[in-house]
Amino acid sequence: MRRVAVVGVGCTKVGELWDKSLKDLAVESATKALDDAGVERVDFVYVGNAYSQILQSQGNLGSFIVDSLGFNGTPSISIEAADSSGSLAFHEAYKAVKLGWANYVLVVGVEKMSDSTPEEVAKALMACEDQDYVAFTGITQAGLHALVLRLYMERFRIKHEDVAMFTVKAHKNALNNPYAQFKNPLSVEDVLKSPILADPLRLLEYTTIADGSAALILCPLEEAKKITDKPVVEVLGSASATDKFYLPERIDSLTFNATVEAAKKAFQEAKISIDKVDFIETHDNSTIMGVISIEDLGFAEKGRGTTFIVEEKIPINTMGGSKGRGHPIGATGVYQLVETVWQLRGEAGKNQVKDAKIGLTHTLTGIGNLAAVNILGCL
Amino acid sequence: MGMLSAPRYWREIKYRYRLIGSRCLKCGKIYFPRRLVCRVCGSKKLEEYKLSEKGKIETFTVIRRNPPLGYEKNVPYIVAVVRLEEGVNVLSQIVDCSPEEVKIGMPVELTFRKVREDGKEGIIEYGFKFRPTLE
Repeated sequence: MRRVAVVGVGCTKVGELWDKSLKDLAVESATKALDDAGVERVDFVYVGNAYSQILQSQGNLGSFIVDSLGFNGTPSISIEAADSSGSLAFHEAYKAVKLGWANYVLVVGVEKMSDSTPEEVAKALMACEDQDYVAFTGITQAGLHALVLRLYMERFRIKHEDVAMFTVKAHKNALNNPYAQFKNPLSVEDVLKSPILADPLRLLEYTTIADGSAALILCPLEEAKKITDKPVVEVLGSASATDKFYLPERIDSLTFNATVEAAKKAFQEAKISIDKVDFIETHDNSTIMGVISIEDLGFAEKGRGTTFIVEEKIPINTMGGSKGRGHPIGATGVYQLVETVWQLRGEAGKNQVKDAKIGLTHTLTGIGNLAAVNILGCL
Repeated sequence: MGMLSAPRYWREIKYRYRLIGSRCLKCGKIYFPRRLVCRVCGSKKLEEYKLSEKGKIETFTVIRRNPPLGYEKNVPYIVAVVRLEEGVNVLSQIVDCSPEEVKIGMPVELTFRKVREDGKEGIIEYGFKFRPTLE
């Protein structure tokens, strides 16, 4: 087993990028990551994408993106697990380098959503849930989040204002992220006065249509030290887990066990305790999922996630998270990792976390049937 | 998007019209939707099980924006997690009840309704929904 480093990162701006295609986005981020690493070719390309088959009618992304980059013949694979597509592409790439099966690998997360109507996107977002018994009821992904939000506020006597703080902080952090989709500060009042998507969830508590691509290069730690003058960021732990697919079977606990399990495994591999983590890039495609994720990762007790966020015990989603930076679904996991590398190298600009040594990333798919956790460090 | 083919609809008819799930013959665990393998004991011997038609609302939402294709005419509509008498939770639309009336803990019962009209084959789909329990 070899130690593995992230040796190059890059990303595009996030937003409704009308003049850019799926291919344009992927090539832009991958080229930036290759340039950052000073690497021209790789042994394998891992693509993370959620909806190109549905929203772009474009499949076979592995070969598509390799050819777009001019890497004739390089093997590749595309991985789909909705919101965790990018995290799982990274996880597989990490295993390949760790096990000595490849030396240099490229991970590209990419999503192109803005060519589709809101109705088409709403339907696509339900593809990660059971079609015959969940999608069939007519519920939307926002509706599933709303079911959890209502139960959470009722069970733990939490005010909606406190949950809404997640959006306020996300937009505040996004202000200093040059790649962010949203650059407008919001108040709690703004969030709670925005239109209702699905009671009680408001428009500004939920992510929206976004295009974007993020990429990174992995290689053995020893190689990384030879080829770069920048601080070398190591992958300390990487894990994923699944849970019961049908939300009603697991909503009662208001705990997403996939997160709990993935975090447990990632911390075991990293051989560090949770108090060593300096900042978190957590899943937050809605306010409530951000709050619950903080709890399930182990940073706050169940029912106390909002207190942890309001008191800012440690920095969360330093570049705006999915709400502020934007949520190009299959690319989000890679964006989190790119932002974590910026923090660990001291390149995060105005939002730089002081003395950041260890960062954690977390994605949760759909309404919680799969989660991925990664721990990166610069020690 | 390949959702509404006739076979895909009719093979679920029995389960969706009558709320039929599964019961494990080995450990007795009851499931909805139906399963082929018991998650508790791993047994592959499960029988069809007709669930009770009464329950109460655990949590709910009202879909007001961006409904999936085929559901636009229903907006606003209520979707809830209903806890059945067996302790099994199901996801269902709640009908014969306004968004202002619905609340957590409300007793509800099974009913049979049209779900949507859509798709290239023009199928009118039916299935279970729940409504407030009639006195």
